[in-house]
Amino acid sequence: MIDLNTADILETIHMIDEEHLDIRTITMGISLLDCADSDIDRACERIYEKIVRKAEHLVKTGEDIEREYGIPIINKRISVTPIAMLLAASGGDPVKYAKALERAAKEVGANYLGGYSALVQKGFAAGDEALIRSIPEALTVTDHVCSSVNIGSTKAGINMDAVALMGQIIRECAEKTADRECVAASKLVVFCNAVEDNPFMAGAFHGAGEADCVINVGVSGPGVVRTALAKMPDANITDIAKAVKRTAFKITRVGQLVATEASRRLDVPFGIVDLSLAPTPAVGDSVAHVLEEMGLEQCGAAGTTACLALLNDAVKKGGVMASSHVGGLSGAFIPVSEDAGMIDAAKSGCLTIEKLEAMTAVCSVGLDMIAVPGDTPADVLSGIIADEAAIGMVNSKTTAVRIIPAIGKQPGEELEYGGLFGSAPIMPVNTASPAKFIARGGRIPAPLQSLKN
Amino acid sequence: MRAVITVVGKDTVGIFAKVSTFCAERNVNILGVSQTILEDMFCMMMQVSMDDCDIPFGEFADAIKSYGLENDLVIHAMHEDIFNSMHRI
Repeated sequence: MIDLNTADILETIHMIDEEHLDIRTITMGISLLDCADSDIDRACERIYEKIVRKAEHLVKTGEDIEREYGIPIINKRISVTPIAMLLAASGGDPVKYAKALERAAKEVGANYLGGYSALVQKGFAAGDEALIRSIPEALTVTDHVCSSVNIGSTKAGINMDAVALMGQIIRECAEKTADRECVAASKLVVFCNAVEDNPFMAGAFHGAGEADCVINVGVSGPGVVRTALAKMPDANITDIAKAVKRTAFKITRVGQLVATEASRRLDVPFGIVDLSLAPTPAVGDSVAHVLEEMGLEQCGAAGTTACLALLNDAVKKGGVMASSHVGGLSGAFIPVSEDAGMIDAAKSGCLTIEKLEAMTAVCSVGLDMIAVPGDTPADVLSGIIADEAAIGMVNSKTTAVRIIPAIGKQPGEELEYGGLFGSAPIMPVNTASPAKFIARGGRIPAPLQSLKN
Repeated sequence: MRAVITVVGKDTVGIFAKVSTFCAERNVNILGVSQTILEDMFCMMMQVSMDDCDIPFGEFADAIKSYGLENDLVIHAMHEDIFNSMHRI
């Protein structure tokens, strides 16, 4: 060959063909601030028109890049300005916005559209509470729209009124779609320290500090990391960390290439690459299996948090040099229903919600795609949200809760989504009541950022 | 633009001829070739120029892949940049 190494070429092809290396998403972030109007119908029309205009070629461009570079690009998505900001100007029925977003997503062929969101970490502004209360209806009447609510941050503390409300909203989402595997709850994320440039669903939105339109890319590749580790069964942990870094670098370079190319072809600025190990339910594409490859009998065993901390840190160290702009959530994801190894571990009882909570202290992002018994009370859901937000707030990191009360189901059963969402075994929950704590309302003050012990 | 074509399959007479003819018929210029036999498996990498190709690269990649399947070969045609970016700093 003239200037390429045969082994390198075969390695790349093997990663794609055998180890599930893919670009998880190209997400176009679109600001809708210039669509705000005091008339909600006019605002909806403007939103539709702008999204369709900006994202007209998004799907086609993604498909072209996929064919030419030979790398699968699984999703083409859109994130928009939190809709609560537009609702503040227009008032009216927020679900009209959800329908306009759905129409636009369908028109351009996007897989998901995120941004039916409100940021209420310090309190509710005009539009925020109305939007939050409309989430169950909005996610029931749409298929592509995703919603998120930021209820806390390291700088603002935790809005406990919002925490209490979100427990109820999650239950309502599940109840309204009980005949469809409670799917509405799977499209809703509750955040602490939400990021403004996240390309991943369901938590993507286009922050107010972002440019008018940007391209963000999220990569994947747990299968590639696992294969790299499988080749070194007797290596010590220093070498394991090195191997993860080296692999993450290669994965991220592909993300950077696709992001740059999509940005050039669409004539939209490149935003960030999200350095993520995002699993899929396919065998061989599991973060849990990476942890098990490090030497755990099963994910959830003692040592799991330490293995995940190593993995998460090494992914960032390897990835950060491979991209000119890193952002989003960046880290290993542990969505239970979307990860074959996590599903097995949850079914066997080795992986519990409490262990997952500990794991979220060291990884991106939080309690993700977890199904709990259908009779779990709203205040217990709020308690789980508060715990998870506290971990994020104190550790200055993003944490999130995407939890699904499986209406009418108990541990031992499961929710079956198919596709990327996989299947969620119902996990038992500690139902001792936090009702009084949740009902108090108010705010948890922002934590001290010194005296760190 | 440059692309890399990889061909893997059981070694038989004429694989190189078939693939290079396929390229020539579409005006794809071969710049470099590396080929080896690994345990009865024919394994070839070609670096090609797509500048004068008669059809868009995406179409060419799909066509050569199908051509490979018809001939019991696994053929990939991919933009060279994916290898450059993954393995070069």
